[in-house]
Amino acid sequence: MQLYILRKKNSIALISGILIATAFINKWTVGNIDIFTWLLVIASVIGAAPIAIQAYQALKVKVVSIDVLVTIAVAGAFVIQNFEESAIVTFLFLFGAYLEQRTLNKTRSAIKELTEMAPESALKQMEDGEFVEVEVEEVDVGDVLLVKTGAKIPVDGTVLSGEGSINEASITGESIPVKKEKGSFVYAGTILDNGTIQIVADRVGEDTTFGKIIELVEEAQDSKSEAERFIDRFSKYYTPAVLVLSFIIWLISKDIELAITILVLGCPGALVIGVPVSNVAGIGNGARHGVLLKGSEVISDFSRVDTMIFDKTGTLTLGNPSVAEKEYYGDNIKEVLGYLASIERESDHLLAKAILEEIGETKFSPVEDTKVVKGGGIVATLEGHRIAVGNVALMERENVKLSEKAKASIDRFEKKGNSLVLTSVDGELKVLMGVRDQVRPGIKEDLRRLKKLGVKNLIMLSGDNQGTVDLVGRELGLTEAYGNMLPEDKSAYVKKLIEKEGKIVAFIGDGVNDSPSLALANIGIAMGSGTDVAIETSDVVLMNSDFSKLPHALGLTKAIARNMKQNIVIAVGVVLILLAGVLFSEWVNMSIGMLVHEGSILVVILNGMRLLRYRLR
Amino acid sequence: MKKATIQLETLTCPSCMLKIEGAVKALDGIDKESIKVSFNTSKVKLNFDEEKVSLEEIEKAITAVGYEVKKSQAK
Repeated sequence: MQLYILRKKNSIALISGILIATAFINKWTVGNIDIFTWLLVIASVIGAAPIAIQAYQALKVKVVSIDVLVTIAVAGAFVIQNFEESAIVTFLFLFGAYLEQRTLNKTRSAIKELTEMAPESALKQMEDGEFVEVEVEEVDVGDVLLVKTGAKIPVDGTVLSGEGSINEASITGESIPVKKEKGSFVYAGTILDNGTIQIVADRVGEDTTFGKIIELVEEAQDSKSEAERFIDRFSKYYTPAVLVLSFIIWLISKDIELAITILVLGCPGALVIGVPVSNVAGIGNGARHGVLLKGSEVISDFSRVDTMIFDKTGTLTLGNPSVAEKEYYGDNIKEVLGYLASIERESDHLLAKAILEEIGETKFSPVEDTKVVKGGGIVATLEGHRIAVGNVALMERENVKLSEKAKASIDRFEKKGNSLVLTSVDGELKVLMGVRDQVRPGIKEDLRRLKKLGVKNLIMLSGDNQGTVDLVGRELGLTEAYGNMLPEDKSAYVKKLIEKEGKIVAFIGDGVNDSPSLALANIGIAMGSGTDVAIETSDVVLMNSDFSKLPHALGLTKAIARNMKQNIVIAVGVVLILLAGVLFSEWVNMSIGMLVHEGSILVVILNGMRLLRYRLR
Repeated sequence: MKKATIQLETLTCPSCMLKIEGAVKALDGIDKESIKVSFNTSKVKLNFDEEKVSLEEIEKAITAVGYEVKKSQAK
């Protein structure tokens, strides 16, 4: 019975509304006061039923909820036989709850859209080789699945056979088709636009990237900032306090009408709901645009950032350097390139990768006595020759004489922003290569936008040589740029800015090498390619490593922070105005109090909803 | 100890959370520290001792304070 009444809350609101309307029409036309009164009594009773039930349930678990306040207020109105007030107040309360539910669902819609992208079924290969449709929960790691055109990829996996193009919007926020073939990695929740593929499941359920994103976004929406926790604690004591206050007022003034008006006015509504609503709508907007914000604490810090520190390689630049310049000296170059490749093959340095790509196919020979010279390069012996591969400093150490021509080239290459790799054989310079990483396209515009949004310092830290760093810094118009930084130097620098200079620092990096700095900064922003540790360790993730989302992220957090403040002002302002109205004038009664109260809740929800449409201009 | 995730009907008032928390807390065998009622996702997450209390009993306690349980899962 109790549940039945609660479920029919919306119909009850409707009926009670009709009854009240009929009562008033009757009063103004027929003028039968008996019918008027009785209609209002019925409206009050059925309207109060669900509220009273909720109040009772709350009291049972020792909580003084809004329902308790309203129930007592309505009972009070009954006692003084003011049925007009009791009917209208119950109706407004129920109708308000209905509107709140509708609008709240809207603010949560962005995130709901995301969770609804979760795959539900999969075509799994059974023991007899046939594919059978199963629930996605029944898929285990290692299962072979068939995905047809138009279907969702059910798990994270690797393509076994077939090819097709996939829309990865649910992971990256970009709805550009990506071509997939044998060996490609596919993500759960993405959609196969065309083609048919068979995949083997690598990660299932909550372990998939999509599952992690959903969990993170869900947790973020409900995470609470210090201010919100304060409001929560406050409201725990606030409602009982209102109850006590109105009781005292009744004792002193013996005016039931005034006491129950205070009860209704004291309902905490907009204040408790305003901040979560801004939060959920804002985080939803971010999720739609490939920006994951981890909770409201992050939002408040990020919106106040004045200093942004960037890692160079992979953040400001594309992160796959290539050989841009080269020069050979003397003969037997083919042989030398073979030596160079043999040495670089054993290194996992980014430059080594670029050089190997440049040399391509060659003859490898065994490498002996490899010695790594810190901050210089590598020295090794191949086929009886002493080979040194590294920078100018290493050449000097090895007593390699540099010709005038070579010196001029070194100068030229460095000015263009290349990292230099020199190769000498038995003390003679043979190969000079300039390796360069390209800056991301469109990054200048992005940085300009960040400045416009109020970031004062744009700083680049890099392990690269100062020449290259200066060049990139000038090209991009950064405030400061420092080279030759090891990961521990970077984190020390971040610490210095925060502790000594009182800056609010955001660090933007790839999330793997820079994890100490990401952790130390007020806000750690990871350029996540939609995977891995980056999602877990940072405060903000830019999906698909898309730098251009950074200005949107910053603008959005500023908008969210503003929105929260507006909501708090609206909520507190309304309560103050009503209280002043009660104390100093005659116009506030219980019905108007309830109307304004419900109205202010709707206003803060609608205000929060604006965030769903936020776009950086 | 098992971890339960319970999806409720859409929650609209933050004070609902107090009620639900109170209802669940009153049960035996619930790790009180672990109770997390999320307003926006309308979910309850908690750890419970399956020897002392069942998932059905937890659901019943929530329904008793007036909230519909849509889906639940324990592992």
